[in-house]
Amino acid sequence: MRRWNSLGRALCVSTGALLLVAAGSPSARQEEAALKIGSKAFTESVILAELAAHLAREHGHTVEQARGLGGTRLLWEALLAGQIDVYPEYTGTLLQEILSGEGIEDLAALQEALADRGLALTRSLGFDNTYVIGMQEERAADLGVASIGDLRDHRELRLRFSNEFMQRADGWEALAARYALPHRDVRGLEHALAYEAIGQGQIDVTDLYATDAKILTLNLRALADDLGHFPHYLAVYVYRSELEESAPEFVASLHDLEGSIDERLMMRMNAAVEVDGEGESAAAAQLLSATLKIDAAVEERSTASDILRYTVEHLQMVFVSLALAILVALPLGITAAYCARLAQPILGAVGIIQTIPAIALLVLLIRPVSWFSDDLGYPQAVVALFLYSLLPIVRNTHAGLQGIAPELKESAEALGLPFRVRLWRIELPLASPTILAGIKTAAVINVGFATLGGFIGAGGYGDPIFTGIRLNDYETILEGALPAALLALAVQGLFDLAERRLVPRGLRLPRDE
Amino acid sequence: MTYAIELEGVAKSFGSVTAVRELSLQVAAGRTLVLIGPSGCGKSTLLRLMNGLLVPDCGSLTVEGQPLTLESAPELRRRMGYVVQSGGLFPHLTARGNVTLLARHLGLAEPSIRSRLSELAELVRLPEAALDRYPAQLSGGQSQRVSLMRALMMDPGVLLLDEPLGALDPMVRAELQEELHALFKRLGKTVVMVTHDLAEACYLGERIVLVREGEIVQDGTYADLTDRPVSSFVSDFVRAQRHLHDGGGEA
Repeated sequence: MRRWNSLGRALCVSTGALLLVAAGSPSARQEEAALKIGSKAFTESVILAELAAHLAREHGHTVEQARGLGGTRLLWEALLAGQIDVYPEYTGTLLQEILSGEGIEDLAALQEALADRGLALTRSLGFDNTYVIGMQEERAADLGVASIGDLRDHRELRLRFSNEFMQRADGWEALAARYALPHRDVRGLEHALAYEAIGQGQIDVTDLYATDAKILTLNLRALADDLGHFPHYLAVYVYRSELEESAPEFVASLHDLEGSIDERLMMRMNAAVEVDGEGESAAAAQLLSATLKIDAAVEERSTASDILRYTVEHLQMVFVSLALAILVALPLGITAAYCARLAQPILGAVGIIQTIPAIALLVLLIRPVSWFSDDLGYPQAVVALFLYSLLPIVRNTHAGLQGIAPELKESAEALGLPFRVRLWRIELPLASPTILAGIKTAAVINVGFATLGGFIGAGGYGDPIFTGIRLNDYETILEGALPAALLALAVQGLFDLAERRLVPRGLRLPRDE
Repeated sequence: MTYAIELEGVAKSFGSVTAVRELSLQVAAGRTLVLIGPSGCGKSTLLRLMNGLLVPDCGSLTVEGQPLTLESAPELRRRMGYVVQSGGLFPHLTARGNVTLLARHLGLAEPSIRSRLSELAELVRLPEAALDRYPAQLSGGQSQRVSLMRALMMDPGVLLLDEPLGALDPMVRAELQEELHALFKRLGKTVVMVTHDLAEACYLGERIVLVREGEIVQDGTYADLTDRPVSSFVSDFVRAQRHLHDGGGEA
């Protein structure tokens, strides 16, 4: 019985300690009116965000960046909720994806629609990152193909498009209809493979983005869209209108960038990062000096201190969410075990949470989390991990208590002990191996799951993993993936040790008969 | 005459299965009563009704003159020691922890707990060293001794034993039967014991109640059952048991 007390105490103390850590976490370390800048998970978006960050610092603001967030919806929701202040976007995405169905035709209408939401946008920064149709430069020159319409005369060409392009409303079918293209040899392909293949000359035509670094590196020709088939994807900054009050100079400098970056320049910057391995911050600094003639200091960080920071962030996410989950899941599991009517609703609810895809959950959480935190990343990740941790702990608590031999339950009851004492002195200790196993499962899964925090810039090992994926850089991926795997093993080992200390000795003995 | 336990028109069913049909039974204080019958006859259910582990569908029970209700059950249970076939020892507690759990919860003084513990260990002939072992480290016979100690710790007036020797091998079983016999005599407590073994019932019980399908078939001494069976079921039951012990060995 003393043993169980020690388990109880250990749980209380560690939970308390973890909550203290939570209090000292990034969410509480509020810096004064930092400008929060978001970006999507591809190079160009991150460069443009870094560009805005340079400008913000130039005007004396502290900057918090949420780099490489995993989706348009996430950024949009975060912008609306005030968890980011500004991010680079494309007019096509705003019109066709975010505000589709509102029948917005022109820039004025778009500005009005955004103003209704407390948002504003710059004019085009000068380039249109729309879809383009690309061919090998040499081959195009040989055949004399300069525009999409010229393809009509070369029906023998092998056309391979990304799967996405094959399915889009403005994709292959619409394009073929518009230009009356007669080609038969047309198929969908993984985009990365299409690049590879066109580089090798195995295919002739594929879809690209206008500022794609591959156009430079693979020496491709972007065929002119004479008929204006593709919608415009003009790069702009979208920001919260209140910045016009709180950071007028910064907003003015964003507008100064309008029309100053053309496709060629952007493409070169993309290539600098993706091909030459320059940092986005450095590329953005180059861009800044090329456009506004401002020299900005490049932010460089060392790998060693990065890994330490990732580790601290990761541990914080894992253990804070776990501590909260224990506090909530144990009572839920106990309730489910003793109140038959509530068992199914409770187990069902925590089960359903588990079926929500991580990215969807993170998006769903942005609004509710904004009620208690202005930050993007850490708080959402902790809440998501907390929710995902509930199932193993609730389930195991329920199963552990239900699995106690009936004669033991009866013996406890027959002794005349009140329910509270039976629960605390007998049933919970008997269920403790199963309960601890549930907590261990949650902890180990959390270590892995916390990497998804990279989706919303929560930090931790997900940061290098998602950066690496974005840059197609295995070394950077491993910088996060390797320590994450090691941490999972360490957590497993830690819990094995804890089990030895916390599970009552009598339950660990082999049966002697 | 006051009864230690009194059942008045008590019935219990589990879903559509009737375990005990309206049944009345009085257990005299200080006497030993054995409930016997084929498995599934409701004898264990009767025992669980007596200490309130099960709530009867109808009828009433009193324990030492007090009505047994949901409210009074925890208190009354402390006056009734309970031992189950497997011993029901809590595996996470040592023998000592098992025996003293309730006393500690009730806040009894440590010295009196300790002296009661050694008194009981002597009574059930458990070596002191075994007190610090966990149930997993105890033999079957030792487990039942500890279980008996736990039941007797608060010096209850009543002992309820559900096949306490059922899981033991024959040698240990015979030894413990003798000890229980002596113990019952010495303690003078009211004992209600469930068994399916007529020889054990005859040896330990002054009064034997034969139960079948939730009803009392015959209530009397061993001699009543053997010499004056009230139905062919009773004589069949007696014959089957004798066959088992004397000539048999098929089972």
